Amino acid sequence: MKYTEEHEWLREEDGLIVVGITEHAAEQLGDIVFIELPEAGKEVAKDDEVVVIESVKAASDILAPIDGEIVEVNEPLADEPGKVNEDATGDGWFFKMKASDPSQMDDFMDEAAYKDFVG
Amino acid sequence: MSDLRVTPLHALHQELGAKLVPFAGYEMPVQYPAGVMKEHQHCRNAAGLFDVSHMGQVVIRHPDGVEAAAAAVEGLAPVDVLGLGEGRQRYALFTNEHGGIEDDFMIANRGDHLLAVVNAACKAADVARMTEGLPGCEVSELSDRGLLALQGPEAETALEGLVPGVGEMKFMDVATLPSDWGDLWISRSGYTGEDGYEISVEAAQTEALARALLAVDAVEPIGLGARDSLRLESGLCLYGNDIDSGTTPVEAGLTWAIQKVRRAGGARAGGFPGAETILRQIEDGPARRRVGLRPEGRAPMREGTQLYASEDGGDAVGHVTSGAFGPTLGAPMSMGYVAAQFAEKGTTIWGEVRGKRLPATLVAMPFVPANVKR
Repeated sequence: MKYTEEHEWLREEDGLIVVGITEHAAEQLGDIVFIELPEAGKEVAKDDEVVVIESVKAASDILAPIDGEIVEVNEPLADEPGKVNEDATGDGWFFKMKASDPSQMDDFMDEAAYKDFVG
Repeated sequence: MSDLRVTPLHALHQELGAKLVPFAGYEMPVQYPAGVMKEHQHCRNAAGLFDVSHMGQVVIRHPDGVEAAAAAVEGLAPVDVLGLGEGRQRYALFTNEHGGIEDDFMIANRGDHLLAVVNAACKAADVARMTEGLPGCEVSELSDRGLLALQGPEAETALEGLVPGVGEMKFMDVATLPSDWGDLWISRSGYTGEDGYEISVEAAQTEALARALLAVDAVEPIGLGARDSLRLESGLCLYGNDIDSGTTPVEAGLTWAIQKVRRAGGARAGGFPGAETILRQIEDGPARRRVGLRPEGRAPMREGTQLYASEDGGDAVGHVTSGAFGPTLGAPMSMGYVAAQFAEKGTTIWGEVRGKRLPATLVAMPFVPANVKR
């Protein structure tokens, strides 16, 4: 698993990149009450706003971590956004991407580096 | 952070693992480890303990007695204070010369004096307003008492176990009851829509009383986050968001707080700041009204969201002043102001969220029915 400074995690699975937010981020946001996911098939560029999350505290944007195509989104989150708080790195995943340039993954932190990053 | 004030429960909040944030000049718990959703639901289902010691407790005395003090307060507030019996409390407002609301507060007749409980952010201004504006009265803010709120369906049982007699109090009764923590000034009231109590206790005893309440199985600590979602579900205004110096009680749907005796034709009509504007609005209707909104879907329409009469085009006809997801409602909810011609319940209105106009329906408040002991 790789991590971004925006507190997203990325996991390679069957040639795709699964993306979600970290437990740390979910905890900081508080109880999540609304998630707006992108459409499958959408082409996105790194840092495009692709997901909107609303917690009991505030709204936040989630940025595309890499260039590519959104090939699948976690539809059940629309009705059960609390899954992100319960299982941020499992059932709480947001979307799967086909990476245009897999080398962009090299920029991200590993788990040890992310742990240092969040202190 | 060093200039923030703290309440007598500051150390206890830290011990309980609260997330502390600045609020109205105090460092206050926004949530405990359980989180806003669970705290909210716990208060609706059992009992929640809130630290509201940051609020101002102000004693008003007059050498001629409590009636003279009540008559003086009526000069600042469009409320029937003289008609408030001993041992009773009611919701009140300070108004300004334009009819705007300077603060909302509770006022109690405690026999030989009045006790006003005012918002933390307004208390310095309120004390100044009362000191100048209540002729002949002695106005003193109590700095030596904490204030706790115990709210929820189990609040009565929990408090009765520690302070026998509170179960006999009715909604908006006030009483002084002896206890292991000194004399407690108790009111059966709150700001969550639930039954419950607000308890004024000596500062030095506040933590001990809070610990005794938290030792009761049904009672959990609740932070400001859940306090906000509870009051919003109950359709209650937050001063500074939903009402302020630019909104009148009539616009805000608080005309019920202005008893008939203070309205046109009443025995003590007018005689408060902004009376002309407020009484005229009661007769003619205001140009805008506070309304409740239920957005379709799950996206909350938060404070500042502009409201439109149609899905496309046109100028804004209002805006949201508070908005959140209602944990008990299971859906988003907002309150805000719209021009009077669009304020009818059942009307569809559009709120602009992230550049998209999303539909919402105007509904009656509270969003969640109140559960108080009348």
